[in-house]
Amino acid sequence: MSKYTPLRWNKTKLSFLIEKRTLWIIAALLVLCATLVVISTGIGSKYVSPLEVIQSIAGKGSSMNEVIIMKLRLPRILIAVLVGASLAVAGAVLQGIIRNPLASPDVTGITEGASLGTVLFVFFLSEKVSIQWAPLAAIGGAFVVTALLYLLSWKNGASPLRMILIGTGLSAAFKSISYMFIISGSFILANKSMIFMTGSIYGSSWEKDVSTLLPWVLILLPLTWIQSRHVNVQALGDDVAASAGANVQLHRLILLLLSVALAGAAVAIGGAITFIGLMAPHIARKLVGSSFGGLLPVSALLGALILLISDLIARTLFAPLDIPAGVFTAAIGVPFFLYLLYRNRNA
Amino acid sequence: MSILEAKNLAVSYGGVFIFDHLNLEIPEGKITVFIGSNGCGKSTLLRSLARLLKPAQGEIQLDGSNISSMPSKTLAKQLSLLPQGPVTPEGLTVLQLVKQGRYPYQSWLQQWSKEDEQAVHAAIHATGMEALTERSVDSLSGGQRQRAWIAMTLAQQTDIILLDEPTTYLDLTHQIDVLDLLHELNERDGRTIVMVLHDINLACRYADHIVAIQDGAVYTQGRPSDVIHPETIESVFRLKCQVISDPIYGTPMIVPQGKLRKK
Repeated sequence: MSKYTPLRWNKTKLSFLIEKRTLWIIAALLVLCATLVVISTGIGSKYVSPLEVIQSIAGKGSSMNEVIIMKLRLPRILIAVLVGASLAVAGAVLQGIIRNPLASPDVTGITEGASLGTVLFVFFLSEKVSIQWAPLAAIGGAFVVTALLYLLSWKNGASPLRMILIGTGLSAAFKSISYMFIISGSFILANKSMIFMTGSIYGSSWEKDVSTLLPWVLILLPLTWIQSRHVNVQALGDDVAASAGANVQLHRLILLLLSVALAGAAVAIGGAITFIGLMAPHIARKLVGSSFGGLLPVSALLGALILLISDLIARTLFAPLDIPAGVFTAAIGVPFFLYLLYRNRNA
Repeated sequence: MSILEAKNLAVSYGGVFIFDHLNLEIPEGKITVFIGSNGCGKSTLLRSLARLLKPAQGEIQLDGSNISSMPSKTLAKQLSLLPQGPVTPEGLTVLQLVKQGRYPYQSWLQQWSKEDEQAVHAAIHATGMEALTERSVDSLSGGQRQRAWIAMTLAQQTDIILLDEPTTYLDLTHQIDVLDLLHELNERDGRTIVMVLHDINLACRYADHIVAIQDGAVYTQGRPSDVIHPETIESVFRLKCQVISDPIYGTPMIVPQGKLRKK
């Protein structure tokens, strides 16, 4: 068992078993993420070298670089990291508690609920209320879908199978309602909503976006991580979890709410970016296995990486056109999704 | 030591009563096997004993106190259940699975204490899984997989272990292997083992106490040699048979009549 390092502080009774390989993978992904942040911050209509990017971030760059890096590009890059990580963790939690490899915020309807919330806001309130309140509408939408999901799949407890079936139905229903508004509305409102529904982090700012999303992520990620052992035990099935002494329904509800809060906040800021919540946890599982303590940080980092790369492609490939990043997460995601379906064809 | 008993138990499933006024005491430190035809309610009884089903009336008592009012973790330190055909998540290793048995002893800060480590090692050792701790459970053979799951319930360090058809889906060699292991655990540590088995002959060999269940009631119970007669099998399984003596252990062994051509 030399592959594992027990961590124990006897006075505080703190003890964990850490897999060394997982630690190395997390470290490698952190470095990769940081490198990509620096490089992609430098790429754009004006190229800035990685060294200058670091100087600017440290507050020692030229004043022109400072504006480009700090004001224009870095907020958007950080939002990519935060949104990607949140969606990935939301997906990892859902796949754990619903025990279905196809579960993710977009498949269970959480993303679509958040989208509809925003579309309704754009159509009915955007002329009266500041757009700053849109995230609240998105999160509200996400929670409404979750409440419906729970109500409809409840029968002596919420069973994973019913949740995935009803979630798929709700997802389709909410998406059609969103499209109904878009088709019947004015061109400008429809365009605004479409961009949101594809998922774009264009024009992210410190004040409006980073400062809104960062506290959510900083609170929700650790809160989710300390629930790891509940996810692990639930993954063995409701009967096993219950006879191991877990309060299965209570933990499932708490974890679902955490997942919805993460996905809702991410969609509120980044729009309905799909496939990251599905893909990132799957890749993470291939790297570190399904033990949630390691799966969560690895999923988060992979989610951040995927959105960083997608957004980099989206804003450079057809420059000066800025395409919503969601187009590319889907472009990477669809082949992967088909591959998963193909692999599970006999299951 | 813990005494598990059902008192005046009634369990309903979707409005239909599976059991009514059932009384049963599980002998302490012994191997008890539930037998009965499909749908007779033996799994339901086992699940009720593990508190996975809520009684409509009556109660399950552990050492005289009602298990439905016990804290989940307290109960999980005294009684564990291995359900039928459990499924492991993709890529989960044997060690990670066995570690889950420590759930009732852990908190979010304390997840790998020295006691946890000892219990997990002991469970892996008792099931002979030492060489396979790093293998993923889904890559193992059926028999090894069942051993890994039994190791998980052992890590829970309970006096009572309930198993729902632990030999289903296993070939005969592995069935014997799993039952030998359970017998060994009972002999060595004096753990109370309660399980549902389909194979009456194996049940007779391994059980100290057999409970034959028919239509949601205990038809008869006692030592295999006392309760397994052609009449019992005919009433409980609606099967005509002869009962002979097992050539190796002398326990009852049934030979079904069937409708095959006569020689």
